[in-house]
Amino acid sequence: MKSSKDIIERVMAIVFLVCGIIAIAAVFAICVYMFISGVPAITQIGITEMLFSSVWEPTAAEPHFGILYIILTSIVGTMMAIIIGVPISVLTAVFLAEIAPKKLAAVVNPAVELLAGIPSVVYGLLGILIIKPLMYRLEMAIFANSPDHQMTGGANLISAVFVLAVMILPTVVNVSRTSMKAVPAHLRSSSYALGATKITTVFRVVIPAAKSGIITSIVLGIGRAIGEAMAITLVAGNAVNLPFPFNSVRFLTTGIVAEMSYSQGLHRQALFTIGLVLFIFIMIINILLSVTLKKAGEAGEE
Amino acid sequence: MKKLVSLILAGVLGAALMTGCGGQSTEQSADNGASTGTTTESTASGTVSMNGSTSMKKLVEAACETFNAQYPSIKAEGQFTGSGAGLEAVANGTADIGNSSRALTDEEKAKGLVENIVAIDGIAVVVDNANTVTSLTKQQLADIYTGKITNWSEVGGNDGSIVVIGREAGSGTRGAFEEILEIEDQCAYAQELDQTGAVLTTVSSTPNSIGYVSLDVLNDTVKAVSIDDVEPTVENIKAGTYSLQRPFVMATNGEISAQSDAVQTWFDFMASEEGQAIVESVGLITVE
Repeated sequence: MKSSKDIIERVMAIVFLVCGIIAIAAVFAICVYMFISGVPAITQIGITEMLFSSVWEPTAAEPHFGILYIILTSIVGTMMAIIIGVPISVLTAVFLAEIAPKKLAAVVNPAVELLAGIPSVVYGLLGILIIKPLMYRLEMAIFANSPDHQMTGGANLISAVFVLAVMILPTVVNVSRTSMKAVPAHLRSSSYALGATKITTVFRVVIPAAKSGIITSIVLGIGRAIGEAMAITLVAGNAVNLPFPFNSVRFLTTGIVAEMSYSQGLHRQALFTIGLVLFIFIMIINILLSVTLKKAGEAGEE
Repeated sequence: MKKLVSLILAGVLGAALMTGCGGQSTEQSADNGASTGTTTESTASGTVSMNGSTSMKKLVEAACETFNAQYPSIKAEGQFTGSGAGLEAVANGTADIGNSSRALTDEEKAKGLVENIVAIDGIAVVVDNANTVTSLTKQQLADIYTGKITNWSEVGGNDGSIVVIGREAGSGTRGAFEEILEIEDQCAYAQELDQTGAVLTTVSSTPNSIGYVSLDVLNDTVKAVSIDDVEPTVENIKAGTYSLQRPFVMATNGEISAQSDAVQTWFDFMASEEGQAIVESVGLITVE
């Protein structure tokens, strides 16, 4: 009997090892594949021509593959979504973790968690039905007398930013709330003992103590925003322009989605290169995340 | 220990069962292949090599698929290097058929190339139903898409900035539209959508917008605009009066009757009911 137990132990150890290797192999294969398929276009087009030129005309007689505006759009769009979404999310987290009466929290909490489970294309549909017409009206009001502005019909950067801002809410709220809940009660008690009000305690004690968790949540939010394609492809307009609020814009993700189906040759390879650029961005964000987590861990030990 | 042995046994048995099934199913599919082979009556054998227009890729690939299944002794295949290159290839004999998404020039015809039109590609220009503009000239249309005209009042409509909607780079419809209007890569799009359906829904829901779609998907959620006062209908396209159209040509060096049996079989197939059905299935208009 003992020996059969031993064998089961060993077999299971191998099963777990294989599972672990599958994950590593997948990451490794994706890395290698992205570089193999993304690099040829760079060598053919030239890295400066590709990254620092703004003309994207992949099917012209003399094709141009400049993705500067596309990169800028991804960066600016994500930053704007974070600027709008993070204050709302963190304050929601404060409300849920510190202020809300238990009964109300029991309603709001599942609602926020449900928000995280909604497929991204549904956010895009809501964007088309609600945000796009609103933004078109706003656009017509603002640019009524400026013939130089190209009307986008509401499919522009600002619409995409609003959709992204809503999409990152659940990620940021959930992670921030968890980290605030984890702040030891004695810190709050000490603050109250010193005569601080609830609000002062939240902003001077709880949030600073939960800082690392909140930063993690923001980085996760950035990751979600920069990698999102489906929702914003429906509301961003997809023309290559400088990322101004009422311009039709193309993100790194939507650039790939929009042109993959009919592209061929160098054009297709250039789309893979856009994928590589996006991949590198997300790698940087992940490295930032692990660095902040490590720092937070060290701070916790002190 | 016992458990383990039985487990292994079960595994071996299972594997044996699977391979048994696998063998059977391949035999079966081989039978099927043979039976379909015998049903077609083809005397010709050989290859049909085509070269040319990328816009015709969908048509050629769909036709090749059905053709090769029906005539196993003939192998038809296409390369897609552009209309000009395709016509050159057929002229110098490296291809049997040159696919061209434009009419042949007199110079090309003088070389002995024969223009066999197999299908017509038609494009409709659409606006939202509330728009009062019913007709545009080709020049106005080109100016709208290149950004020279930005307000509907400039073309006889109500005051309102035009929202210019088009397809993504690489789309055949976009290629055809820009080629016919001679505005390749000069277009200033406000929205580049990656599906015909998306163009229709966006135009129908966006006041003051304009878009283009292939003729076969038109419906009443949008309003099709006449070009130079000619309505976009299949009849007008066949009559040649509607200008947003282009022929899909399969050019041969000399008349079809002078070609190899395999190539003649190909043209018979394209003219047959089945071939015409393929033309319609990829959104094109038949010649008849």
